[in-house]
Amino acid sequence: MQIQARQFARQYDLFGCIQCGKCTGGCPMTLKTQLNIRRLIYQTLVARGSFDLLGFEVLWDCTTCSTCTMRCPKDINPMEVIIGMRSALVEGGRVPPTVKTALESVFRQGNPLSFARSDRAAWVGDLPVRRIADLGEEADFLYYVGCTPSYDPRIHPTTRALVDVFDRAGLKFGILGEEEQCCGSEVRRLGESGLFEMLSEDNLALFEELGIHRLVTVSPHCFNVFRNDYPRNGWQLEVQHYTQVVAELIESGRLTFSGELPRRVTYHDPCYLGKHNGIFDPPRAILRHIPGLELVEMERSRERSLCCEGGGGRMWLEGTNREEKLASRRVQEALETGAEILATACPFCVLTLEEAAKLAGLEERIQVREIMQLVAEVL
Amino acid sequence: MARTPKVGVYICHCGINIAHTVDVEEVAGFAGRLPHVAVARHYTYMCSDPGQNLIKQDIEELGLTHVVVAACSPLMHETTFRLACQEKGLNPYQFEMANIREQCSWVHAAGPETTEKAKQLVASGVSKAILLEPLAEREAEVTPAALVIGGGVAGIHAALDIADAGFRVVLVERGPALGGRAMQLHKTFPTLEPVAGLIAPLIARLLGHPRIEVLTEAEVTEVSGYYGNFEIEVAIRNPQSAICNLQVGAIIVATGYDLFDPTALPEFGYGQYPEVITGMEFERLAAGGEITVNGKTPQDVVFIHCVGSRDAHRALPYCSRVCCMVTARQAHEIQQRLPEANVTVLYMDVRAFGKGFEEFYDEVRREGVLYRRANPSEIIRRGDKLIVRAEDTLLGEAVELPADLVVLAVGMTPRADTEKLAALLRLSRSPDGFFMEAHPKLRPVDTATGGVFLAGCCQGPKDIPDTIAQARAAAAAAMVPLMRGKVKVEAAVAFVEEELCAGCGVCAELCTYGALALHPVRGVMTVNPVLCQGCGACAMACPSGAMNLHHFTFDQVMAQVDTLVGHLS
Repeated sequence: MQIQARQFARQYDLFGCIQCGKCTGGCPMTLKTQLNIRRLIYQTLVARGSFDLLGFEVLWDCTTCSTCTMRCPKDINPMEVIIGMRSALVEGGRVPPTVKTALESVFRQGNPLSFARSDRAAWVGDLPVRRIADLGEEADFLYYVGCTPSYDPRIHPTTRALVDVFDRAGLKFGILGEEEQCCGSEVRRLGESGLFEMLSEDNLALFEELGIHRLVTVSPHCFNVFRNDYPRNGWQLEVQHYTQVVAELIESGRLTFSGELPRRVTYHDPCYLGKHNGIFDPPRAILRHIPGLELVEMERSRERSLCCEGGGGRMWLEGTNREEKLASRRVQEALETGAEILATACPFCVLTLEEAAKLAGLEERIQVREIMQLVAEVL
Repeated sequence: MARTPKVGVYICHCGINIAHTVDVEEVAGFAGRLPHVAVARHYTYMCSDPGQNLIKQDIEELGLTHVVVAACSPLMHETTFRLACQEKGLNPYQFEMANIREQCSWVHAAGPETTEKAKQLVASGVSKAILLEPLAEREAEVTPAALVIGGGVAGIHAALDIADAGFRVVLVERGPALGGRAMQLHKTFPTLEPVAGLIAPLIARLLGHPRIEVLTEAEVTEVSGYYGNFEIEVAIRNPQSAICNLQVGAIIVATGYDLFDPTALPEFGYGQYPEVITGMEFERLAAGGEITVNGKTPQDVVFIHCVGSRDAHRALPYCSRVCCMVTARQAHEIQQRLPEANVTVLYMDVRAFGKGFEEFYDEVRREGVLYRRANPSEIIRRGDKLIVRAEDTLLGEAVELPADLVVLAVGMTPRADTEKLAALLRLSRSPDGFFMEAHPKLRPVDTATGGVFLAGCCQGPKDIPDTIAQARAAAAAAMVPLMRGKVKVEAAVAFVEEELCAGCGVCAELCTYGALALHPVRGVMTVNPVLCQGCGACAMACPSGAMNLHHFTFDQVMAQVDTLVGHLS
């Protein structure tokens, strides 16, 4: 569990840090836990020789929302520092049991949810979806579904609605089916860099083999990892989040709505779509085009959106404070707008926010919906 | 008085500064009923063009003989209104200002008492105004040459600019060599240029300049005369020692600084441990060959910021401004030359305020120099290492750092001879001991003594570019009278009523400006109106009432007082 302090500091440019605390001041986890990345950086800097991370349970609190990285005035990447420190814990075998299970499941079944690899395309059912391998040159893009949208029935409406929308717009797309496996986003963020390397190499090799140059994802997490973390090895890969595609279809008139949804809706920016990738407007454009829908903004939105605690592997980790949930705060903030629906565009956000609304007994007052669920209602 | 006085009184609102606290309309009404007042008005901003036009129009149409403006401090706008009067043919000394802002509306709450006080100040001003007499502003000839005291970076630049403009310059340097402290520095920050390489060509140009005379190992011993015509005595103290007399029109003081002596802070063990050195000593160490301490390459190097600086208790209360960057540059040098060394800088704050400073500081840290927030309180020896004991305030823990070399970033102090030169040139010193500028914001190179200007660190700690900027500004300011050939002389100066003067000389002893002398034949005092700054000390001290001050005569001042007292009773 040791890191070589000076080498680590150089690798992550920690000497550039001026200890201003901008990272920690804006960290959503400091609302509820003792995580203090500013201090962790300093402890590394002043350590002579090795720095032992044993006992630093707070490292597992980070949701990798990237607020710290976005705001650091010296362009240091505190979020990556935490991932680097987690790597040391993973290498030393000091991993929380739930994380261990998830990582092993990724290794064996290609998903962190302990479902069978062979059931990956079970969501398709009777939908007329084709394998991209069968489409060959015909396919415009790969519909990369991802683990949670593939297996979690709560996300299936979105997974399926996208097929419907792509079909209506006449897009030529295919899926990988049982050949699809985890993108490795959460694996990487949990510090399992070896497994991530393996996944990314396998996936990229598959894309190359199938001649895939463009892919569209359901989850902002998959979108981010393909877009920003995958080695390219010279392979041209255009990565889009579905909100970009759907917004473009609506704006170009290729997708029209026949129904109405006269509801007041607020939109929660997922960290991996917004903060990480600056995609704020396409999801809002989709919502604004839904007839009758009134879009209202929460007090903090866009870059200031409050993390739901679903990222950074936290879907498989409770963290050091189980009692308070940022998602609960976020649901309250949504309620304050007078919205009846809290919409978002990330499977993890849907799950955390929905659970928070349930726990608070607020299901009657506010519904948590993935954007595509709303779109499906007005098609 | 040629004719009955006709006074115009103008009450300024100063936006809301006065008008929210003082009932300006009531004050104007009151002023209009005072004896000799022909007109009284109030207006939003008297200093604005329309405000000044009110005065100008009344002078023209009503034939005012005196003007009183009740507004801010005369320091702020007396000149503005004097010029307005002058433009319409009224002597500027027949103008009087009543300060109802700083001395009334700003310091009291709104209410009838405050308005009452404003009225008293206005009435008092009017009482003086009607006694004001026209005074003639005069000019004196200027000797077209300058004296520069100090041959460092500041003095060299000032001398070159003045000489390049066509005037004769005498540069007096106390030491044997030119270039000052800068020549002891190894490299500049943040640009890392060898200092000697920058300064040497300037010295060569200075020495070869046809209009510059350089006197080294020389010292100014006597200064008399006045703005435009100073008489200087210089003592040359080398084997050919001599006394030199000069006439100059302006003087630039560029005498530099001393370094804080860290033995005053015994906890650092400076002088006791050879491994503890000052930043200036590090410059010599760095300029030499290999960096070694006790014959060995240092493994742990600790720099300590603010040694002597920012210590109001035992040392210097102020920030010395350059040490943060000097230290960064020195830490950079060590890190570059000894990549294996652990280089730590202990700081309270890092003040990287100049152009390129923050960027340099970033670079130095990224090279691997560790900045720890601590003001260490002790250095002790343990085995073959020194131990720097401190509290790391970011950790909130006491820490001990091993060191083979400790570099103290000592602060800058006024030169030991500052007081001596201050007395010679009648200069003031600010609380930090450096020479004081005439105004901290508006007149940063002037002094309270006309014709004497400040350049470089004698005025306060600064780096090389700031020093050069100030030196060239001082040169430009000094050239104003040299180029014009004439200087304006204050008209509100002292005068002697000779029939009352016994020639006792009490006044001359008090005069800071050397403006008073006993007439050798008539046995009465005489005033040199060019030297006199109109402070009035002589008039206060004169036992027979013979010394008086134009524009502040006994009659005028007593009329003001009587009016105030009359109102109070």
